[in-house]
Amino acid sequence: MPLIPLTAMVRKDLQLFFTDRRAVIMSFAVPIAIASFFGSIFSGPGGNAEPARIAVIVVDQDESTISQAVVAGLEQDRNLKVSRTAVDDARDRVRRGRASAAILIPKGFGDAAGLAFFSGQEKPALDVLFDPSHSMEVAMVRGILTEHVMQAVSAEMFGGRRGGELVDQTLAGLDSTSMPENRRKQLRDMLGAVHNFYRQPDRSAGGTGLRGGLTMPYTVREEAMTAGTNIAYNGYAHSFAGMGIQFLLFAMANLGIEILLERQRGLWKRLRSAPVSRLSLLAGKTVSGTIISLMTLFVSFGFAMIVFGVRIQGSLVGFLAVSTACALMAATFGLLVAAVGRTPASARGVTTLAVLMMVMLGGAWVPTFIFPAWLQQATLVVPARWAVDGLDAMTWRGIGVRGAIAPTLVLLGFAALFAGIASMRFRWEEA
Amino acid sequence: MLEINHLRKTFGRLVAVDDVSFTLQGGQLLGLLGPNGAGKTTTVSMIAGIVTPDSGDVLIAGRALSGDTDPAKRRIGLVPQDLALYEELTACDNLRFFGALYNLAGGALDRAIGAALELVELADRRNDRVKDFSGGMKRRLNLAAGLLHDPDILLLDEPTVGVDPQSRNAIFDNLEVLKRRGKALLYTTHYMEEAERLADRIVVIDHGRVIADDTLAGLQSRVAAAGSPPANLEAVFLTLTGRSLRD
Repeated sequence: MPLIPLTAMVRKDLQLFFTDRRAVIMSFAVPIAIASFFGSIFSGPGGNAEPARIAVIVVDQDESTISQAVVAGLEQDRNLKVSRTAVDDARDRVRRGRASAAILIPKGFGDAAGLAFFSGQEKPALDVLFDPSHSMEVAMVRGILTEHVMQAVSAEMFGGRRGGELVDQTLAGLDSTSMPENRRKQLRDMLGAVHNFYRQPDRSAGGTGLRGGLTMPYTVREEAMTAGTNIAYNGYAHSFAGMGIQFLLFAMANLGIEILLERQRGLWKRLRSAPVSRLSLLAGKTVSGTIISLMTLFVSFGFAMIVFGVRIQGSLVGFLAVSTACALMAATFGLLVAAVGRTPASARGVTTLAVLMMVMLGGAWVPTFIFPAWLQQATLVVPARWAVDGLDAMTWRGIGVRGAIAPTLVLLGFAALFAGIASMRFRWEEA
Repeated sequence: MLEINHLRKTFGRLVAVDDVSFTLQGGQLLGLLGPNGAGKTTTVSMIAGIVTPDSGDVLIAGRALSGDTDPAKRRIGLVPQDLALYEELTACDNLRFFGALYNLAGGALDRAIGAALELVELADRRNDRVKDFSGGMKRRLNLAAGLLHDPDILLLDEPTVGVDPQSRNAIFDNLEVLKRRGKALLYTTHYMEEAERLADRIVVIDHGRVIADDTLAGLQSRVAAAGSPPANLEAVFLTLTGRSLRD
């Protein structure tokens, strides 16, 4: 392949790219701006620290010992950010999206819960008002609420003054229940034991027993699996990978549209009339596209490294391999656009949709783990998925060069596929 | 220099060019005339090697072109009907790119660019972007881009469309110079007065077929009534191709 024409084609494409201010801004500034925004969202409060707390409102209309213990437990929970207000204000704030949920503890809840605890009498209701757009958080709130209600009610029933009164009240009312006699006797024995428990001399001296109430019989040790034990997760690494890939795909789709415009303006007649092979013409476009794509990725990641402290925690060689394969895939995608596109206008519309679908399914916007299981498998046929996963592996996941092999090979496979289809479908005749 | 033998090209059911043959010698300008859709551009494209004929031959100095990279393509220069230039690049950068496609580099490329810009009188605008040029300047640069590699055969597809009389005249002067240098020029146009002024021989093509191949005087004599003054080329053309519209 003669080098002089090839070099000239690459130089010309780079000249055209850098003289087009809009293309430069779209390729460099816009991905940085959007990735910074997404990164700030997905990074959380910083490093591997606690997740953002869920805003919850509590309305305690009961103000009993039990309800106050429930509220205290919720306020101390590290997953919740609890505020207190009146019912009407709580409804309004949830409706406006200022809080994910509001828990209404009705008057008489504490006593009713205490009585229901042993006898299974009618259980009191807790009202949870929730924002339907935060349904995942509401599921968490429900679980946390269960834990604190169980703890508060059991603590009171096994050790509180009011709990003792409720046990006595339950014992007194046992004969009037419709419970079978044998069950009634068993419950009377158990409550009698509880009654005696209250009268034990060490009770007021800080005996342990169940005074703390029923608690979770285990604790959780959490460890964020990043590149290393002292290395924090940096959400910017993922967002810059995703946005970098999105905008280099846009840049390369634009390269394909530029080829269609060149054809429309008769420039390909000149190119085709010269003694230059078809392979050289496609190679020239591929090389220039790959260089522009790599610049887009490297400028984005360079910015992320300097400003947001993103680091290549895995392998530098692996990062370069994945980046190059990704850039080559994007450049050949541009050729594909030029090959199958009929006119620049029609190609622009279709490719915008195609790129958006690719990056959305590839996990560039939101991580793929939130997709349904079948979709997570299905997106393996999307090249952007391999590109994002490969760059994630080489940056914040800190996986070594072996982690780059599969993404690199798959991306090169996509590049070969795109180039093959493009060369077969390209309209070489310039009538 | 250039020999076209029985060229034929179809696009689906449309027969664009059908059994077209003619020859062109060095130092000669051949005017290829025809109504819209007659097959002129397709013929030029087949000679330039950018459209493959269904049948027939294009012989350059007696040798058929073989493939995209045939070195004989260096002997052909194409000046397309469109302004095939990169508007965002300077005149010099455009020529540097088009020259490199013919493997020109270094001093040889610089000299070729200088000579081409001198010929079309754009040497003083070499570093200006094409988008700032007038229509006439772009046409002249379009011509220069086809001359960089010093081809023996120059294919000019309506090279004066949309230019002012001064630029058109300058282009004519350029072509006269090239003809004197021994270049073979194939010139398609709708302007009869251009063909009258420049062409040594005229080929009229219609519905893809050659319907006349002669000198201007020869064509005039075909249609002139006995004893009447010679008709101009436009009258000859309309007589040969008819007056029906070709939209």
